[in-house]
Amino acid sequence: MNGISKLALKESQIMKIHYITGILALFVVAVHILMRLVVPYSSSLEYAHVIANYHNIFYAILLESILVLISIHGFNGVRVILLELRQSKIWENSVTITTIIAMIVLVSYGTRTIILANGLGL
Amino acid sequence: MRELDNMTVKSDKKAGCDPRDDSFDLKKTTLRVFRTNTAQGKDSHFDSLVVPVQRWTTVLDSLLYAKSYLDSSIGIRYSCRMASCGSCGMKINGIPRLACYTKISELEDPVVVCEPLPNFPVIRDLVTDFTQFFNHHKSINPYIQNLNYDKTEKIDEVSSSHSHRQSREEVDKYLQFSYCIKCGLCYSACPTVATDTKFPGPQALAQLYRYYADSRDAGKNRLNIVDDRHGLWRCHFAGSCSKVCPKGVDPALGIQLLRSYMLGISKDKRNV
Amino acid sequence: MKMLGQKNNRDNREGLKGWLNPLRYGWERVSYWLQRLTGIFLLVYFVGHVFETSSLVGGRNAWDTMLEMTQTTWGHTFLIMVIGASTFHSANGIRLIFTHVGIGLGKPGRPDYPYYPSSLNTRQRSGIWIALILTAVAMLYGANVLLGGD
Ligand code: SF4
Ligand code: FES
Repeated sequence: MNGISKLALKESQIMKIHYITGILALFVVAVHILMRLVVPYSSSLEYAHVIANYHNIFYAILLESILVLISIHGFNGVRVILLELRQSKIWENSVTITTIIAMIVLVSYGTRTIILANGLGL
Repeated sequence: MRELDNMTVKSDKKAGCDPRDDSFDLKKTTLRVFRTNTAQGKDSHFDSLVVPVQRWTTVLDSLLYAKSYLDSSIGIRYSCRMASCGSCGMKINGIPRLACYTKISELEDPVVVCEPLPNFPVIRDLVTDFTQFFNHHKSINPYIQNLNYDKTEKIDEVSSSHSHRQSREEVDKYLQFSYCIKCGLCYSACPTVATDTKFPGPQALAQLYRYYADSRDAGKNRLNIVDDRHGLWRCHFAGSCSKVCPKGVDPALGIQLLRSYMLGISKDKRNV
Repeated sequence: MKMLGQKNNRDNREGLKGWLNPLRYGWERVSYWLQRLTGIFLLVYFVGHVFETSSLVGGRNAWDTMLEMTQTTWGHTFLIMVIGASTFHSANGIRLIFTHVGIGLGKPGRPDYPYYPSSLNTRQRSGIWIALILTAVAMLYGANVLLGGD
């Protein structure tokens, strides 16, 4: 536990990350949405069109960065809200651990989609 | 003498609220006072008391009237009656306010509901326990820390006799925050304090800024005290503290400025 | 009202009610409230979105089934709310980053009666109004695209 707590970030560092991921997410999400607006709305969701997007490596990177940025920003936000809700060692540690795990699970699950959709060659 | 009489008559007519005047119409207001006694474990309830009010009657005045003539057992805490001591904070019509600084006429409500300050444990009736609040205040070391001023032998005569000199600008940086009377209204309005017992609260954080921004202070560890899970970063600028502060302290401003130092947006000569 | 025993320090804390009611302390409190609610809502949407798009992996059929389920009037109404929430969360978030680092709040000075807290000034507060206006515009635009036919 001691080793882990040495690794732990200071709250000011965490919140710096929170601000930065928030700003960056705004940009990448804007690009993501704009990509859908350049084609008519209904056709932007067609399977072939979406898959073509995923095959574009830059778009895949864009999606991956959205995934990572929003997961960090979002789950840190949830951590903050939950920490404020109750105070005890057990609660605080489980909130921290749960949000980190949730973050990792969501990122891996999304990454799986991106990798498979990018490499499927369908 | 006649002139004086005239003057009295005139002013009476104008004010229309001299009790000697027959036309004086005494307004009445209903106070709804929260009653409980935690030590005896009794259930809480509200008492309704009808009290006379005038244009200048404060909530504290009317509570004291009720205590003198209607029910002497009402528990309230007060001292200065002029917004200087910070003892009479309570929730009046849903908002934390100083009872001595709130006129009934300005509430514009026929019923005045007095409850103990939220976020403070209740002792009895309107009296709340400030222990935790004061502990948070103490935890930020609310005093000037400067070893150099103590080691007088190291300082030559001239500078030691002028050692506490500050320019007007230097004073302005912290002056408004030193007006805090520790009334706890901000602590009671804060949405984070409402659930987070470890959060120092707006009062303590604003005081931390007050000492941090003081040019006489050389405390090295100040910012680290509140750089943790339940520290400075749990402020989300809901602004409620500044809204209710009766002394114009603007704790929210102090907290955000403190944060700008912590993030390095505002620079400081001292190493923190 | 029966919970006022002096068992621990939590007594008489306003609790969740404290932040769920945005109507008492002015605009900044509304901003705080909306920022939280939109944040939670957007995270829920995001998790759902990652899940729904994972149907791509299942091939064309899985994707089309997913589209059938989500591209409904309700799905579109939900999306319009997502558009509104993300616009507000972004615009107000930018305002909050500025205020959190002390920009736009004015300087400390010598308070004079009647006290007016400089941090609650119109400059930073108008950020909330701008965020709300942008939200309305974005939602109208979204409704136009999503519900207004092709
Ligand atoms: S900052 Fe204002 S509201 Fe808070 S304790 Fe001090 S005087 Fe009271
Ligand atoms: S009695 Fe002193 S502040 Fe109200």
